Amino acid sequence: MIRGKVRKFHENVDTDAIYPARYLVYFEPEEVVKHVMEDLDPDFARRIKPGDVIVAGENFGCGSAREQAAMTLKYAQIGAVVANSICRTFYRNAINNALPVLALPGISEQFSEGDDLGYNFENGLLINYTTGREWRTEPLTGLILDIFKVGGAIAYYGKGTNT
Amino acid sequence: MLMTLAEKVLAKNAGLEYVRPEQIVEAVIDTVMLHDIGTPGIIPPLAQLGYDKISENIKCVIIPDHFVPAPTVQAAENLRITKQFAEKMGCIYYGVGRGGVSHQVMLENGHVLPGQIVVAPDSHATSYGALGALGTGFGVTDVAIALGTGRLWFTVPPTIKLILNGRLRDNVGAMDVIIHLLQVFGETKLIYKSLEITGEIIGSMSVSERICIANLAYELGVKFCLIIPDKATSNYLASIGAPKTQFILPDDGAQYEEIIEMDLSDLEPMVAFPHHPTCGRPAIEAVGTKIDQAFIGSCANGRIEDLRIAACVLKGKKVHSMVRMIVSPASQAIYQTALDEGLIDTFIKAGACVTNPGCGACLGGHMGLIADEEICISTSNRNYRGRMGSTKGEVYLASPTTVATSAVTGVITLPNAYRRELR
Repeated sequence: MIRGKVRKFHENVDTDAIYPARYLVYFEPEEVVKHVMEDLDPDFARRIKPGDVIVAGENFGCGSAREQAAMTLKYAQIGAVVANSICRTFYRNAINNALPVLALPGISEQFSEGDDLGYNFENGLLINYTTGREWRTEPLTGLILDIFKVGGAIAYYGKGTNT
Repeated sequence: MLMTLAEKVLAKNAGLEYVRPEQIVEAVIDTVMLHDIGTPGIIPPLAQLGYDKISENIKCVIIPDHFVPAPTVQAAENLRITKQFAEKMGCIYYGVGRGGVSHQVMLENGHVLPGQIVVAPDSHATSYGALGALGTGFGVTDVAIALGTGRLWFTVPPTIKLILNGRLRDNVGAMDVIIHLLQVFGETKLIYKSLEITGEIIGSMSVSERICIANLAYELGVKFCLIIPDKATSNYLASIGAPKTQFILPDDGAQYEEIIEMDLSDLEPMVAFPHHPTCGRPAIEAVGTKIDQAFIGSCANGRIEDLRIAACVLKGKKVHSMVRMIVSPASQAIYQTALDEGLIDTFIKAGACVTNPGCGACLGGHMGLIADEEICISTSNRNYRGRMGSTKGEVYLASPTTVATSAVTGVITLPNAYRRELR
């Protein structure tokens, strides 16, 4: 079970906001993590605690396919991203980096900043412990669950020589 | 089993007789495109996966375009890594001065053919759908998996068929059409879908215009935007010397999640207001907005047809003295043609700044960033806050004719009719 404090964002949080293009030249985790949400909330990196969960409106992660957007959230130890809808490229990058993502229409309105959120992607249970409400969502299955279980696509597809 | 275009190509490349939406398949990838961000990006995951070379079955084309020529030492380092990788892996390589904006270089050099699956670590790979190829973007991990194994997993997307009827007004073009579609559908209705576009309007469009539509269609959230190959497609392929291929077409009676028809005969010139491509409104609502920068270029609208239209507007005129106009041809080949046709001469005499081909201004990398409080009107594909520079600046997206017209007056201005044959 993932459990953490909710960090609320609006709709259409784009990958330029999550990880600005001017830092695209970097891939090292220690550099990538420094710029998490920098243009949207310059204090974000200092404000968050490991396990915090992002809750956002429609179309989270829209824009560029840059994988640093998923990486920077993973490196910042964000527990999961829960949004009304999630952009395709971000969704896929998140899975590959074993960052849990859940798209559920209307869910953003059910959480406030700082709420206590729990999510189990194996049985699909999502809980707002602050309000006591629960949602049964589609659990992860098949290939996607397998990728999560081994910690990401590199481990899943790797030949095992260097991993 | 009758199938849509995306289903047919995915079935073919997965070695299956048929596929249905939501099925997960492993499909062979025909071609991978990498640029100067993607190449350094895929090297660590490729090594972590345990591959020291790329799959023999895959064609890999490397085209640096994001930070070219290098504006910083870090960018120079990435370009060096990119070149070394191309050399070591035996990839097709278009170095600085040889290529241009990657998606354009892919299309104009026959690296994308109808019915192929072509992927890239870049969202605007949907552009390849203009030729009926399944083009779509992935992160570097997926692209590394494709390069190592020659395959990738796909969820077969449901297909939505969009039929665009009518005849466009004389001052309305592909960019106005796609800004309108973005406004109508918003950013979520088409997430994960394959969008097949057909109808009289698409039928009458050049491949250049179709690329603009398939490019910006990514902002609709689609996985693929496919223009059904036709006579214009075969003419284009013949013009670039591509091998003749049998087109894969959707089956009559294929299952569509939805079929949407619209008539665009009354469509007016459109602009996307700050700060999202879906914030489209008729351009008339923006008329009079003072601009600081006018940008023509990018994989959306930097082709020779776009430059001809802009030059037609600017011929014998001057860009407003308080506006900087930046023109970035989308490829070296386009740049050369523009020189030969005297278009560059027109731009320079008008007081525009012509840059080398590249993504610089569009992605806010270099060669045309905007400052606090500045307003840019741009033919590119994204106007998110901060996309082209300062987060306190604003970007309006519009067609090449609207951008060029506004550059002259210094305020957003409705374009006159432009010559249809230029498109």
